[in-house]
Amino acid sequence: MSTALAFAAIAEQVKSAHPSVEARESDNRQPWLLVPAADLPAVARLLRDAPALRFDSLADLTGWDLAKFPATPPSTDIAVAYYLHSLAHRHHLTLKVMAPRDAAQVPSVSGVWAVANYFEREVYDLLGVAFTGHPNLKRIMCPDDWIGHPLRKDYVYPQAYNGIAHLRDGQHFEDAPPRVGDPPPAPAAAAPAKPPVKSA
Amino acid sequence: MSTDVTVETLGGERMKLNMGPHHPATHGVLRLMVETDGEIVAKAVPDHGFLHRSIEKIGECVEWPMFVPYTDRIDYVCAMNANLAYCVAVEKLLNTDPATAVQVPLRAECIRIIVAELNRISSHLVAVGAMSMDLGAYTPFLHGIAQRETVNDIFEKLCGQRLTYNFVTIGGVAFDLHKGAEAEITAFLDAFEKEMIRFNKLITANTIFRDRCAGVAAISAADAVAYGLVGPNLRGSGVDWDIRRDEPYGIYDRLAVRVPVGQGFAGRNGRVGDCYDRFVVRLLEINESVRLVREALKMLPAPVEKKTDATGGYQADVAKQLRKPPKGEVRVRTEAPRGEMGYVIVSDGSKTPYRVRCRTGSFTACSIFQKLMRGIFMADIVTVIGSFDIVVPEIDR
Repeated sequence: MSTALAFAAIAEQVKSAHPSVEARESDNRQPWLLVPAADLPAVARLLRDAPALRFDSLADLTGWDLAKFPATPPSTDIAVAYYLHSLAHRHHLTLKVMAPRDAAQVPSVSGVWAVANYFEREVYDLLGVAFTGHPNLKRIMCPDDWIGHPLRKDYVYPQAYNGIAHLRDGQHFEDAPPRVGDPPPAPAAAAPAKPPVKSA
Repeated sequence: MSTDVTVETLGGERMKLNMGPHHPATHGVLRLMVETDGEIVAKAVPDHGFLHRSIEKIGECVEWPMFVPYTDRIDYVCAMNANLAYCVAVEKLLNTDPATAVQVPLRAECIRIIVAELNRISSHLVAVGAMSMDLGAYTPFLHGIAQRETVNDIFEKLCGQRLTYNFVTIGGVAFDLHKGAEAEITAFLDAFEKEMIRFNKLITANTIFRDRCAGVAAISAADAVAYGLVGPNLRGSGVDWDIRRDEPYGIYDRLAVRVPVGQGFAGRNGRVGDCYDRFVVRLLEINESVRLVREALKMLPAPVEKKTDATGGYQADVAKQLRKPPKGEVRVRTEAPRGEMGYVIVSDGSKTPYRVRCRTGSFTACSIFQKLMRGIFMADIVTVIGSFDIVVPEIDR
């Protein structure tokens, strides 16, 4: 008596109510729905409340920066992915919202699934996506005065935090990306240059 | 315990109190900003991040197999399950393309079940032991830890480590079972089952303990689902859902996984989904794990010389696949002792992951704290935290 729906049937139901939603596939054929940011709250409510869908649980909400992902043409978006699961019908769905990197804004779904409150704070903290309408959009892992969003692909590693240097004098990570305040590479013959440690 | 006094009726002067980050009952470094009204908690806001080590960022900087030791550090109380979750996810990614498909040997799958379930036993022993210790009963904790030592001894012989194992690898396990391991594990299980009867007499059936937990912080099934509770916390609220049975990974589909759920075990004062239900569900799961280890031991094929053998080997050869995995993404859910440990893995086709995301049970469990702690007694805060079995490195990652 399985009432679980396949991806195509779910996508059909969502698209009939919201024609702006598109069914997509990742490079390794994992299906997902692309939802325009403006339609997300309405789509989320439909998915949770429609009797045949009943996605009562938001199993995961995460995101990744597509800046360095090999694609043609290269993307300038942050993908925010919603992994829904229905305990009533035992089916799954992946939603994605593409938020432009320089003005990443997505409506919050914390009013639809309560757990989204925490997930959205994490995505905001680590990827810098602002969830509009979130009741308490604060950093959750990094300190409140942290600069930058670490999981962005162009994240610059800070030299220091509140005057505390991250590296000792003369120590530096060989493969670390260039940091703010790094001296230009010294000629090979010269003595190894000490990177100056500045307070933030 | 029910009370006529509520936050609304009191309305007196409020006191602000910081619980943690170094409070022993917060099981690590979790800070609760508590506002009290006499003995009643008016507000408790959790503050996270003291243990944030940017493990997900590290995942983008190391090669696929090099991330396995970091998964140990995501949840060191059940490191075997944490290893397993990541390895199952990477194997699923490789299997999305027939060119890079990997077949984990049957013997390795059985060993994985054995170590994962043994680790679940030891993790739940810490959970129930620490919860009773938080409520003032120190002895059960020591009994639990004594049993856990035996599991650690077995793991030490298996892989040389007692806490962070790095044992489950992509494509199998790092070592075959040592000589005499089956007999050791069986002997442990036999002794352990007798010990659990004593443990239950000591604490589970203890009236003082039961009344302390009965009816405290009961969570309805709908709330448990909406707030993303997983694992024993979800089942404590009576929701019949276990990933091992309902979305099996590895060879769990060949084992009969039975799922205990909360039923208001505390009796007269108890309610479905209260602290006592979450405690008892863990104890029932320990019994199930014992049975699963025995089943997996029965299925264990005989070892063979060649380690990549599809039946008797213990490690498939994946080095070549991991240099050029398929481009794309997968999501995998596994059942760790603290509930769903889910990975989202994005690959750009190179030898380094593009994004590794780990969803853990303790993180989402904390999302309900603020709602749950309003209006309970001060002394019940530790009961609630203990009943959720949170492990802070798993919250902060």
